[in-house]
Amino acid sequence: MNKEEIIERAGRAKTKKAVFGEDIAIEKYVTGGEHKPLNSLDEFPEEYQQDLLDAGIEPSEEDRSGSFLQQDGSVVFSTVKYSGLELMSTTDALKEHEWLKNYLWKAVPVDRDKYTANVELGLTQGYFIRSEAGKKVTMPVQSCLFISSDKIGQKVHNIIIAEEDSELHIITGCSVSHAVNSALHLGVSEFYVKKGAKITFTMIHNWSRGMEVRPRSAVMIEDDGTFISNYILMTPVKSLQMYPTAYCMGRNARATFQTIIYAHGNTKIDSGSRAVLRGEGSRSEIISRVIATDNARVIARSDVIGEAANAKGHIECRGLMLSDSAEVDSIPELKATRKDLDLSHEAAVGKVAEEEIQYLMARGLSEEEATSVIIRGFLNVDITGLPDALALETKRMFDMSLEKVM
Amino acid sequence: MEVMLEIKDLTVEVEGKEIIRDLTLNIEQGEVHVLFGPNGCGKTTLLMTILGFPNYKVTRGSMTFKGVDIINLPTNECVKLGMGMSFQHPPEIRGVKLGDMVNIAQGRKEEKIDEDLIALAKRLNISVDFLNRDVNLGFSGGEVKRSEILQLLAQSPDFIMSDEPDSGVDVENIELIGRIMSELLDRNKRPSKRKKAGLIITHSGSIMRYLKADRAHVMLEGRIACSGMPDEITKNIMENGFEKCVELCKRSEGVGAE
Repeated sequence: MNKEEIIERAGRAKTKKAVFGEDIAIEKYVTGGEHKPLNSLDEFPEEYQQDLLDAGIEPSEEDRSGSFLQQDGSVVFSTVKYSGLELMSTTDALKEHEWLKNYLWKAVPVDRDKYTANVELGLTQGYFIRSEAGKKVTMPVQSCLFISSDKIGQKVHNIIIAEEDSELHIITGCSVSHAVNSALHLGVSEFYVKKGAKITFTMIHNWSRGMEVRPRSAVMIEDDGTFISNYILMTPVKSLQMYPTAYCMGRNARATFQTIIYAHGNTKIDSGSRAVLRGEGSRSEIISRVIATDNARVIARSDVIGEAANAKGHIECRGLMLSDSAEVDSIPELKATRKDLDLSHEAAVGKVAEEEIQYLMARGLSEEEATSVIIRGFLNVDITGLPDALALETKRMFDMSLEKVM
Repeated sequence: MEVMLEIKDLTVEVEGKEIIRDLTLNIEQGEVHVLFGPNGCGKTTLLMTILGFPNYKVTRGSMTFKGVDIINLPTNECVKLGMGMSFQHPPEIRGVKLGDMVNIAQGRKEEKIDEDLIALAKRLNISVDFLNRDVNLGFSGGEVKRSEILQLLAQSPDFIMSDEPDSGVDVENIELIGRIMSELLDRNKRPSKRKKAGLIITHSGSIMRYLKADRAHVMLEGRIACSGMPDEITKNIMENGFEKCVELCKRSEGVGAE
């Protein structure tokens, strides 16, 4: 598909409503928000430093193989410390690599809905991350998409490629300044996991009450490739809808989605994960933990589509209700199109069990402490597949996010 | 000897139903009492009531622990006073590891599984892997018992209540659990040096060999129907069953009165 064709398709889908989530008036938001580049991350204004930290970004850049920071519509910082790793804005990358255009809109259709179409038509940067063939970049890359201006519509297109037998670990945070009352984030992310490659993608969403968010992500996984997503959202958000999809195209391709959501205030979330098992022996695991309190409404979707021989997929979604005015819809779906495969799901929604509180109190905790231990435990998904240091780091980020809500 | 637990004419309701009726029981410092009785007679209810579980409503009588009135005292306050309990059917808590429970029982804020904890666990043949499992999730019967005793060991309470520490446990582990419990209860010290006390529910009595209890009670329909020397009571129950044992008890009381 050439550029004209893409633009034409986007034009036709400009007002196409999405299947899920309430319709957002994109035109309410303005594009732009130009900012000067930084020489280092700690030059980032003091007032925003905490917002970066809250999104898991390390301003010192210590133990990071590269860092990327986009503020509103400008890429203000991008640096690489590791050979075999590429990190830059998508715009720059398209200038640098003639071949990159072949990766655009290949995993996510440009005319999927008005949000994808608007990212094409009103693009404001995004990041490009690539690990060269055979390179194992064990130290994580960090990237942050930050919104600091009111009424901004941030529209980014991210491309992530792990070439054959390479390894890439990404920590990404989307964050917003506490001073922003309302803003829009549209983010298209296309991941390409080549033969024998591995990508782990740990994302913290650190939104605020006035944010409307529509990420559109898809992953293409080739033979023996592995993709692991860890998603954490613990701050309120006005409206978030997403349904990232992993296409396990190759033999023994693997996809794992782990989602941790603590929804409070008037948060409205429609969040799902989907795996399409198209390669022989491909596997997927979708795990989600949702806590809903106050007036939060959460739809937790998960979907596995088995199309190949010896495919295996499992869904485990659990919800915990902390309020009578909150609502959780847990919707696991399985679809099989042949006989020699194995798909399963378990879903449960419940409350903090009295019996568990009593048990912990019998070990000396107060009722409040016991409840907090149970909630922590509920959200505590053992993240597998990460290098040890990153697993610890993720645990630390999780604890930090949880600390704020409890 | 100081009285540790003093219960007088206690009546307890659970969900509006009377489970314990006019029960009287005194346990002194240094004593271990064993509680026998058929299923549903109120043994577990008694333990839960002492520990202040909210669904167990005391409607009559008095109950003090170390001289403090413990009726309506929250469970964690009872624990602060020095009570501890091993449960028969503890709940599973997802994401909370056995190691976390042991740290909590020790009153430590620590989240890590450190050397001290590993050393403690080793005494109950509990591995680091096992400490890292979600508490009670998929534990076998024997594993539950060892996990409960480990938590008690960490807590080291002055007064131990144990709900069937020996049911469903193989011979080897009975010995292990028996040894640790007897240590926790100061059974290896001279009687005058014993500071701890215990109230143990058992069906099989197999733990008795290690505990050398001071006194045994048989509960029937929410009452302590008879009390006596553990050996005699055990023998009586084994030979004649609960009801008959109680009958014999009463007859001998009658003889004594004459």
